[in-house]
Amino acid sequence: MRTIHDIHGGIHPPERKALSRPGDLQRAPIPPVLVLPVRQHLGVPALPVVAVGDTVMGGQLLAEAQGVMSVPVHAPTSGTVAAIESRPIAHASGLTDQCIVIQTDGDDHWLAFEGITSWRETDPARLVERIREAGIAGLGGAGFPTAVKLSPGPARSIETLLINGTECEPYITADDTLMQCRADELVEGAHILAHILSADSILIGIEDNKPDAIARVQAAISRAGATIELATFPTKYPSGGEKQIIEILTGQQVPSGGIPADIGIVCVNPGTAVATQQAIIDGKPLTHRIVTLTGEALAAPQNVSACLGTPITQLLEHAALSAEAQQRIIHGGPMMGFAVSDLNAPITKITNCLLAPTATELPLPEPAQPCIRCGHCAEACPASLLPQQLYWYARAKDQEQLAEHRLFDCIECGACAYVCPSQIPLVQYYRAAKGQIRDSEQEKRRSDNSRERFEARQARLEAETAAREAKRAARKAAAQSQAAKNGSDPIQEAIERAKARKAEQEPNP
Amino acid sequence: MLGDIALLLVGAVLVNNFVLVQFLGLCPFMGVSNKLETAMGMSVATTFVLTLASVCSYLTYNYLLVPLDLAYLRTISFILVIAVVVQFTEMVVRKTSPLLHRVLGVFLPLITTNCAVLGVALLNINQAHNFIESLFYGLGAALGFSLVLILFAAMRERLTVADVPEPFQGAAIGMITAGLASLAFMGFAGLI
Amino acid sequence: MLAMLSDQPLLAALTALLGLGATFGALLGFAAIRFRVEGNPISDQINALLPQTQCGQCGYPGCRPYSEAIADGDSINKCPPGGEETIQALADLLDVEPQPLDAEHGVEKEPVVAWIREDECIGCTKCIQACPVDAILGAAKVMHTVIADECTGCDLCIEPCPVDCIDLIPRKEGISFWHWSLPEDRASRYDVIATDAATRDAA
Repeated sequence: MRTIHDIHGGIHPPERKALSRPGDLQRAPIPPVLVLPVRQHLGVPALPVVAVGDTVMGGQLLAEAQGVMSVPVHAPTSGTVAAIESRPIAHASGLTDQCIVIQTDGDDHWLAFEGITSWRETDPARLVERIREAGIAGLGGAGFPTAVKLSPGPARSIETLLINGTECEPYITADDTLMQCRADELVEGAHILAHILSADSILIGIEDNKPDAIARVQAAISRAGATIELATFPTKYPSGGEKQIIEILTGQQVPSGGIPADIGIVCVNPGTAVATQQAIIDGKPLTHRIVTLTGEALAAPQNVSACLGTPITQLLEHAALSAEAQQRIIHGGPMMGFAVSDLNAPITKITNCLLAPTATELPLPEPAQPCIRCGHCAEACPASLLPQQLYWYARAKDQEQLAEHRLFDCIECGACAYVCPSQIPLVQYYRAAKGQIRDSEQEKRRSDNSRERFEARQARLEAETAAREAKRAARKAAAQSQAAKNGSDPIQEAIERAKARKAEQEPNP
Repeated sequence: MLGDIALLLVGAVLVNNFVLVQFLGLCPFMGVSNKLETAMGMSVATTFVLTLASVCSYLTYNYLLVPLDLAYLRTISFILVIAVVVQFTEMVVRKTSPLLHRVLGVFLPLITTNCAVLGVALLNINQAHNFIESLFYGLGAALGFSLVLILFAAMRERLTVADVPEPFQGAAIGMITAGLASLAFMGFAGLI
Repeated sequence: MLAMLSDQPLLAALTALLGLGATFGALLGFAAIRFRVEGNPISDQINALLPQTQCGQCGYPGCRPYSEAIADGDSINKCPPGGEETIQALADLLDVEPQPLDAEHGVEKEPVVAWIREDECIGCTKCIQACPVDAILGAAKVMHTVIADECTGCDLCIEPCPVDCIDLIPRKEGISFWHWSLPEDRASRYDVIATDAATRDAA
């Protein structure tokens, strides 16, 4: 029986999970147009390999990865490439990004794929390559390229693979539904990942508010005869953060500024594990994902398996959105999500939920009032930081002190803002401060580089001038030594020669 | 002997703190306490100056002025001693940390006019300290000054980023805080 | 001797003071030689904070001359490419009050890079000679192009170009350069009653 530890802080917001009927997975209809951003992950955008007018089949490669921190994009269904251009995407900025637009033909023709059934005997490097080719990024919300996560490098040895089935954020039930409906694939996917990482043990962590998922996964483990440990722990937000779940289940803390692989653990979302299973066993690339459609403004809240690139309006229509009742559409959950500015934006690999609340369900935040220094934020912080100090220093733009107070250890969970009696939007301050610090670090690198180039150029110009001077001095010295040897001055001789030539040319009067 | 030294130190650092109880040396106290690093640099410089000046003044008084019956020249000779020690310190600081030298700016030579330094020298005579007592009295005064300077700098750093109403920002809230800190230190009265 | 001096108070006083003065003078003289400082190391620290565009807008022929001028006491608000952030960093380093950017030397603009319109370039190499960081690739009678990652946007190449084919385009555009901004400090920081602010918002 594993000892379950507790993390510092945390909050208990109302769960509101039953609203979206977890475990009852529907299929979203294929929309007439799919908009696929070339970047649905953390890292460098993918490069399109198709042209406008090309016919594509389901599963066909649309954009290839550029370098290590990049993930390819595949077509979720058959159709024609209508455009490759900037389109609005679901991002907090409301900006546009390069997208491949596909006009679907409704036939859903797919390419044939070949899997690697004998994966146990296959070299892990080849399996990682397959995962990279399948376009798998972390489906928990960050979109970290999975192939990179599975290559922690020779310096780190991995003991435990942890499947993070926590899904602590209110409203979201996508992972819950996945664990109930794809439990066998999850178990097999976990085995494949453990084989790749040469991990000694597999651990699946599920919060105790998901009894159905726990039962189904346990049954799948027994069916497969696997030695996977299933651990359950009390519900608290934000236990689902990777550093938090590791602390809860193992009692170990990931070092500040480090990653879980530093302490021999790799943490993976259940959706990523299932996608891995499909990529290896069936050879299929990542083209669909489960999205929770929830909120009281929807008449039919549900979990759907949807094509990547489906415009948000299509899914909301499928869930019978009543537009008058909704006041905003949130991409993600109520704690860490953001409001979508353009509903034509598509869902991507990182979309786990679309939340359509009514005005009374999730009222708009009240105006912020002055900080009363109560300290509730520090009590609630799961990373044991000092949110109040971070707030003051973020306002004062004091980058030194922000670094001292470990700003970059903040997981932006929003627990501090949730408990603040003055309704200060704390996480926004931290995000802004992090952005400013990253920006000024980049500027510093650029200016250091420019200074080096400038000094190198100065040195080069000085060297050239010095070389010229040296040559001239050498020539002069040679001429003078020549004069000393011969007893005549070559310069004087040159002047006489010139005079003589001039006299020759002058006509005699 | 050790007990006397301990009492002397506690007296100089806490009970009769030179800045917050005796109100000497307020100029660098308010002027240099904006940043913690500057305050630490200043307190090291002042400790050096105070201890050295205390010893040198004692020696000058007891081995030059008194034998020659020139006790009335003590003020001017102490000022001479202090000025030289400060000048020497400035040269050392300039060599070891040009940034600190630049940041302390005019406050480094102003240690010469720091009434705490002259105060220590004169109080040593008033209280008829011997050599060891003079040394520790100067050291205690310096430690008290450093303690308060560093504490105050830390508080002022927090005040800079806090929500202070505009009329109070800067020196005003600093003075109010210094007054409150002084009240706090009055609590040490009667300790020894 | 001490006995003799104590009989003559005026002489004693003079001797004592002169003796003190001489001793201390010798000590200081020795210290001045022993602790001599060469150069001006602080200008290195100042130079590290300047943006290194070498544009000359501050009135000095480059960033290092300006950093030396600041070390000698010049004001810190003369650098437009550095902008407010650089002024703040210099103020923190030197423990002086930050001042707003001196408009005489220019205004803070968004970061730009140079871009050569290749159709019009005649291959004269004048811009290559002007660039302080060697960010232009090319040779005589051969196409010139700007290496965008190395360009600091100093605009020293614009003037020498005889066909005026160089543009300055914004460097930081697009979603990769976006980041959150601080929630605006409301003018009504002292609103104790939240509904007052809400009513004002609605109006």
